[in-house]
Amino acid sequence: MSRHRLREFACALAVVVAAASAGATDIPLDQRRSGTADLGRDTKAMQNDDTSNPATLWVLDGEALWNQKAGAAHRACSDCHGDAAASMKGVAARYPAFSAVQKTPIDLEQRINLCRGEQQKATPFAFESRELLALTAFVGRQSRGLPIAPPSDENLKAAVEQGRKLFTQRMGQIDMSCAQCHDDNWGKHLASSPVPQGHPTGYPIYRLEWQNLGSLQRRLRNCMIGMRAEPFAYGAPEAVALEAYLMWRARGMTVETPGVRP
Amino acid sequence: MARPLVNVPAKVKRGQVFEIKTLIAHIMETGFRYTTTGQRIPRDIITFFSCTYNGEEIFSADFYPAVSANPFLTFYTTATETGTLEFKWIGDNGFSETANATVTVE
Repeated sequence: MSRHRLREFACALAVVVAAASAGATDIPLDQRRSGTADLGRDTKAMQNDDTSNPATLWVLDGEALWNQKAGAAHRACSDCHGDAAASMKGVAARYPAFSAVQKTPIDLEQRINLCRGEQQKATPFAFESRELLALTAFVGRQSRGLPIAPPSDENLKAAVEQGRKLFTQRMGQIDMSCAQCHDDNWGKHLASSPVPQGHPTGYPIYRLEWQNLGSLQRRLRNCMIGMRAEPFAYGAPEAVALEAYLMWRARGMTVETPGVRP
Repeated sequence: MARPLVNVPAKVKRGQVFEIKTLIAHIMETGFRYTTTGQRIPRDIITFFSCTYNGEEIFSADFYPAVSANPFLTFYTTATETGTLEFKWIGDNGFSETANATVTVE
């Protein structure tokens, strides 16, 4: 190779590298698609029929918990909030939200536990416990079909911005960011699995691989472990910030809770 | 909080083949897994399912450790008479769960 050709080759390589690392542009709003679009026929049928969607088992448990008196206050969720079909409609579509009491953004699980501690005077549920997932699924179910509507609260802006930074920041031994898969390479395949855009439209989801219901935070931890990064602890501000960014990124998309994913 | 979910059409025409769907919450622990300290997690699975239609068994199944958690079963039968479908799940550690559904044959 002549010196001239060598320099041309080096320049071309530099352009390719720059293009690969620049990336990370937001997906145009009209090109966004829910993970449901990538489901196989059987899994989609399972999700869309309540009597075959395994998450229904949690939704029904959540309904029972909603009406069950708990804690020192001996009060049920329904004693304050009444019929969830009316009072909880749209709630899951606007979390994480800024809590004036906690002075920090909190997600739906934390909101439920906050109510449980303050109003019911009961011990908060552990993250990923059957009870917390059941109540979250039940509350989430009331927003099915509604558009995701993150609050336009000034106090939440910092969390959304922090979430965006985390989303585009390389992490772990594999040194990849969320955006490299879910913004730049969605629709392609990672081994045999389609790479989704990663919109949190159906959480908590029944994941067939887990044979269980799981929260968005569990799913995020899953991805981080895949990147050989140390996952954020459940309820960590970073995890909530990432959730807040993902909800902002999915604004206007339809809530499908509870979703089924492979 | 295990509870079964069954889905049977409320009304069917005589002679019509209809679908029955059942779903039940169960961990289906295989008995092949170990804890991080090397303790074997004992097997805890559903071992048997049956469905009767007006007292006559129309479907039954033996379950083994390879069956997933929260087993979902779907099967078909022919509508003969108006009556009751009774579902029964039996498993390890004395697990037993039942459910009923009525079907009206026109």
